[in-house]
Amino acid sequence: MTDPLLRLDGLSKSYPGVIANADVSLTINPGEIHALLGENGAGKSTLVKMIYGLVKPDAGSMTLRGAPYTPQEPRAARASGVAMVFQHFSLFEALSVAENVALGMENPPRLRDLTTRIAKVSQDYGLPLDPARRVGDLSAGERQRVEIIRCLLANPKLLIMDEPTSVLTPQEVAILFKTLRQLAAEGTAILYISHKLEEIRTLCDAATILRRGRVVATCTPRDRTAREMAELMVGAVLTPPERGARQVWPPGPPALSVTDLSLASPIPFGTALKSISFAVQRGEVLGIAGVAGNGQDELLLALSGELRSAPGMITSFGVPLGAQGPNSRRRAGFVAAPEDRLGHAAAPDMSLVENAFLTAAVRRELTRAGFIDWPATRDYAERVIKAYDVRTPGPFVAARALSGGNLQKFVIGRELGQEPQVILINQPTWGVDAAAAAAIRQAILDRASGGAAVVVISQDLDELLEISDRFAVLNGGRLTAPRPVQGLTIDEIGLMMGGAHGMEVAHVHP
Amino acid sequence: MFTLEKRPTPSRFWQFATPIVAVILTMIAGGILFAILGKNPFEAIRTIFWDPLFNEQFAAYSRPQLLVKAGPLILIAIGLSLGFRAGIWNIGAEGQYIMGAIFGAGVALAVYPLQAIWIFPAMVLAGAFGGWLWAMIPALLKTRLNAPEILVSLLLVNVAQYILAWMSLGLMRNPDGGGFPGSRNLGAYPSAANPELIAGTGMHWGVVAAISTVIAAHILLQRHTLGFQIKLTGQAPRAARFAGVNPRALVMLCMGISGALAGLAGMFEVAGPAGQISIDFNVGYGFTAIIVAFLGRLNPIGILFAGLLMALTYIGGELAQFMLALPSAAIQAFQGMLLFFLLAVDVLTNYRLRLKGAA
Repeated sequence: MTDPLLRLDGLSKSYPGVIANADVSLTINPGEIHALLGENGAGKSTLVKMIYGLVKPDAGSMTLRGAPYTPQEPRAARASGVAMVFQHFSLFEALSVAENVALGMENPPRLRDLTTRIAKVSQDYGLPLDPARRVGDLSAGERQRVEIIRCLLANPKLLIMDEPTSVLTPQEVAILFKTLRQLAAEGTAILYISHKLEEIRTLCDAATILRRGRVVATCTPRDRTAREMAELMVGAVLTPPERGARQVWPPGPPALSVTDLSLASPIPFGTALKSISFAVQRGEVLGIAGVAGNGQDELLLALSGELRSAPGMITSFGVPLGAQGPNSRRRAGFVAAPEDRLGHAAAPDMSLVENAFLTAAVRRELTRAGFIDWPATRDYAERVIKAYDVRTPGPFVAARALSGGNLQKFVIGRELGQEPQVILINQPTWGVDAAAAAAIRQAILDRASGGAAVVVISQDLDELLEISDRFAVLNGGRLTAPRPVQGLTIDEIGLMMGGAHGMEVAHVHP
Repeated sequence: MFTLEKRPTPSRFWQFATPIVAVILTMIAGGILFAILGKNPFEAIRTIFWDPLFNEQFAAYSRPQLLVKAGPLILIAIGLSLGFRAGIWNIGAEGQYIMGAIFGAGVALAVYPLQAIWIFPAMVLAGAFGGWLWAMIPALLKTRLNAPEILVSLLLVNVAQYILAWMSLGLMRNPDGGGFPGSRNLGAYPSAANPELIAGTGMHWGVVAAISTVIAAHILLQRHTLGFQIKLTGQAPRAARFAGVNPRALVMLCMGISGALAGLAGMFEVAGPAGQISIDFNVGYGFTAIIVAFLGRLNPIGILFAGLLMALTYIGGELAQFMLALPSAAIQAFQGMLLFFLLAVDVLTNYRLRLKGAA
């Protein structure tokens, strides 16, 4: 038995009103790929921030290679051989790969030497990357490689990776896993944070599962099913969403039809929509995948009516709606849930009752001659809170006081409760715990069974494959032709996503 | 060491307590200021806050002045508060106030000496129209060219002042006035006059309009979709667009309402307490109303009290100037403190003060 590389003993950290970590202990051996599993808000981030010196623990101790380890700042952590790849990259788009790597180093060597070293590391670990390219031209997967190589140049003993696969195509994931296994074989320990259970089962040697800041289990992922681990994570029994009996709807023009939709983006550095066409029938769920920033926000704005287009570009049951604003479209049966809950889908400082009025006023008929029917609005808010199990002290609490997941449940419930014909949702379960996510997916499917046409935009492939009838990918503002999900293989999805995604480069080093 | 911690929901207690605490702190700090100036602080504070209302010698004159001064402040501040709530910053109410007075007086002077019942209502409409028109300039420049309404509306105050001087020296000068600048006295023209309605109260039609506006604004903000849209746009502009609010229309509407109300205030003033168009007709109500709007927490009922309080400090301040020989700059500093303390204490509505041990 080798000495452990890193040992955590009884680490605790609390913030006002929240216990982020309570008495967390775990051990990582050299060459081990150790998964840190938990739902959003389970305390994974706080834990790794303590290891990386970003947050100081309130109590407990850490031991690195037998010596007490108390990093005061990330620089000290890096000096001790701990490196971290964050979920959100910190790269300068205008600079080259080599320049970006140099900026992150304490004593950068000459750029020419660095270029050679980057080329060598990228060769050794099968991470294709050209040091001279501008970061702005790289795909998300390639940007992640820049971050990984930046870490590898420092020869870390422990590499922390925070949700590394959330922005990758399946092929890119395969490349990353190969690299990580090679690193582990050379003796580097990897602390791998994720909530994607199948990934963890294929990659990791051990797993520590956190729930509400505490370690609830440790296990060997290969010996467990994904379901078992999910239930440990959630602390409850999960049931996968079920599709109600499929009804046949009378033929006619589609509930939502988009024809050759092209629009400039109103968002600075946004992505313009380029001749997007698709149609969704009643009772059908169309899943739209793609890495964030490829036009998802713009597509939702164009569908919800915040962005206007030519009248015929968007029609519902043959009625042109492209030039109509959000409330006219709501009258026509549309509901929408934008990705950004706080500030877009809901007003942070307004109460849940006021936020219920925000979009439900039209379809729930909550006004009389322009005057607001507050009792009816309150009733509706309370029904949403009850039906979607929104945890809140009451309907008059400000939206920002709710946790992200609870607010998401409220927003989705508010929209689905309006008896919509067309449902448009961007990132339905982002930041929502597994049990709530399952409930939201079930609610969406129930609406589809009831005859609504649904468009779900998500970065979570598993989610889309679970609930969609047809599947398309949004890439650089263009939408691939939708294909039926049944019979679609993960490789085909990868190729659909691949388009402008640097996959050619990845295939050079299989 | 103290740290500020954001409250999950704004504190209801502090929302109401903030103005009161701010007034008390202003009295304390102002008292210290007056003491440094060599005056008895208690006497100074009493002269400002108590004597105008209850001193036998002064109250007969200054009590009616309270409503006379509070009326226009409240009327203008209500209009401004709607825009401020929506994040639309009309800083030029002073100019709209002047234009309202010119338009209102213009109607009266044009038909002088005709006596008819419709003249005063026509002046009211003309006054509101004048203020609205002047506010449409920044509104249009904002919506068409994205020019900052703060700057445009503020600079238009200067333009309005030049027009006022031009009118009092030229077109509107009293032909029977022996060449002195200034128009005819509308107080002496019964069909156009805005008289004191109940003797000894200072109540005139402008005060009636101000109180009605407070009630209307309260209902608008609490019960009407438009009030909801105004609040929503100020708090979360993206959520407002999602809710179907047209931001341009809202700019036009809020600027228009605040301009029309400021114009009304100017018209009631020129037909009543001021009596005539003159070069020094405007005394800064349009600017003071900004303080009143914030002191009243942009809430109609709050603005009603804030307007009365601010009027009181004006009257009491004047009293303190000639009774105690306090410099007028000290009075202005005192009024400034009120806004300062209000904004400082206001932090407690959204934040909690926490004592933190040495970390």
